[in-house]
Amino acid sequence: MAKQIDVADLSIYYGSFRAVEDVSMTIEPKAVTALIGPSGCGKSTFLRTLNRMHEVIPGAYAEGTVEIDGINIYGPGVDPVGVRRNVGMVFQRPNPFPTMSVRDNVVAGQRLNGERTSKSELDDVAERSLRGANLWEEVKDRLDKPGSSLSGGQQQRLCIARAIAVEPQVVLMDEPCSALDPISTLAIEDLIEDLKSEYTIVIVTHNMQQAARVSDKTGFFNIEGTGKPGKLIEFDETQKMFSNPSNKETEDYISGRFG
Amino acid sequence: MTTSTRFPVPAAPERTIDVVQPSLPRAFTFGAMGFALVVGVGAYLLLGNYVAVGVGVFLGYLIPVYVASRVRESKRRATDRFWTIVMTAAFVIAVTPLISLLVTVVMEGAARFDVEFFTSDMRGVAGEGGGALHAIIGTFMITSLAAVISIPVGIMTGVYLVEYGRGPLARGVTFLVDVMTGIPSIVAGLFAFALFAFLVGPQYRSGFMGAIALTVLMIPTVVRATEEMLKLVPNELREASYALGVQKWRTITRVVIPTALAGIVTGVVLAIARVIGETAPLLLAAGFTSTVNWNPFEGRMTALPVYSYYQYVTPGFPPETGFERSWTAALVLVIIVLGLNLFARWVAVRFSPKKS
Repeated sequence: MAKQIDVADLSIYYGSFRAVEDVSMTIEPKAVTALIGPSGCGKSTFLRTLNRMHEVIPGAYAEGTVEIDGINIYGPGVDPVGVRRNVGMVFQRPNPFPTMSVRDNVVAGQRLNGERTSKSELDDVAERSLRGANLWEEVKDRLDKPGSSLSGGQQQRLCIARAIAVEPQVVLMDEPCSALDPISTLAIEDLIEDLKSEYTIVIVTHNMQQAARVSDKTGFFNIEGTGKPGKLIEFDETQKMFSNPSNKETEDYISGRFG
Repeated sequence: MTTSTRFPVPAAPERTIDVVQPSLPRAFTFGAMGFALVVGVGAYLLLGNYVAVGVGVFLGYLIPVYVASRVRESKRRATDRFWTIVMTAAFVIAVTPLISLLVTVVMEGAARFDVEFFTSDMRGVAGEGGGALHAIIGTFMITSLAAVISIPVGIMTGVYLVEYGRGPLARGVTFLVDVMTGIPSIVAGLFAFALFAFLVGPQYRSGFMGAIALTVLMIPTVVRATEEMLKLVPNELREASYALGVQKWRTITRVVIPTALAGIVTGVVLAIARVIGETAPLLLAAGFTSTVNWNPFEGRMTALPVYSYYQYVTPGFPPETGFERSWTAALVLVIIVLGLNLFARWVAVRFSPKKS
């Protein structure tokens, strides 16, 4: 079900401030694309435009085209809610719904959308998604406990289970491991490796080893200075980016000689 | 490896680390308390009033402790002790009238806190006996009506302001809510009076009219409570819901409001508790009667505070009987408000998002 995403000449604004300028890239289906770059370079902002979450912020908008499966999600008549059902998202900090149990968190997509689904069907979805997020064995005995009772790493996998429970085409991950310890990070990275057989995955990370470990393609964003828009400097196969980047800036950043 | 720095690092100061400091023995503070009590008794014998006792105890404790602390301990400790004592005294001053009031209401109200008070009204009663059944019914009806109108309007306004409101309209609504929070309750009564005089006629009085007056007072409180609670809901939860492809209205009704429910319900209950004791607007809008009236849209309806007021102003003969009924009505009101507050506490615990 994975889809290809074609981004062309995308500029992203917060009010009159242009945060990202002229990004064009092709995100391959059933692959992991990593976005790296210094803080404030616009990689998270860019990620959020891929499921139209960017415009949730008052005054924020984007220009250019983002085509998923040939359909421009910024075209006229496109419903952002529909886009988000096809492009799921995992956030930097785990954010399970505090009023819901573990099970209800996983099936929150179905429940909140008011779909008429039988309880046994929902149980199936919950189990399948939790297994898919490699969390089932750990939580199967406490599905009725509140989602916030899990550890940070488990909560993040719960959020991934919740994202894949609605069967999206693409999963976006915004620094999903930055609040986690190395063991939980490893669990998430293994999960990303598994998920890519079914989904198109885009991940923003500050951890370059992580980008090198999990991704097939890497995009490097940079910014000239405060107040300037971020730009996509280089976008290539991860292996090439980390061994033989064609751009000097990329090389400096990757080798730690930045700034 | 050579050490080089990009800027001159200031040298670390050379001094011994003296974290262990002398402190006043516990026995000294107890001694100071004893001394303060002696000063208090002395002040009473000398001046003969309780304010003097309070000031005597306060100074009799503050001065020795502060001076001794300055001498034995450090300046910082002495300042700390000084302000601790001052703030404790302020707390005592703040709660003394409250406790005194509660004790007085319970003691004075206990005399008529009997079955008859809750089962009969004031029809044909000029002296002993009589009750406040009609006033209790009136209070519940008027307050319930006010709540039924205010809660949906208030909550929806709060949701609008936090989730949708942008630009001049939202600023205007916020401004009006601020203004409404500050209006005196008698003005709310006059508003209801003027409204119904215009709509129905100047002779019209009813429980519903009283409820409208209370609504004016209640809505801003509910709006504020809802607004504050919704603002506390982390944006991440809204985004998590949007990212699942959930519409905004469903996000609000299924994620945002449930997360803030405990706070909203607490705010609503406290808003009810605030208006249930209103007298002036009800005096104007609902009027006064001595019999039970079950119809809030027709005829005058007495509420407990109004009842209490009238029993005091026109106590009948002997006047003590009226005064006693007045106190008991006040006691019943206090109990209702206390009950509402306990209910709000329970709701806050019951509905707040579960931690582990």
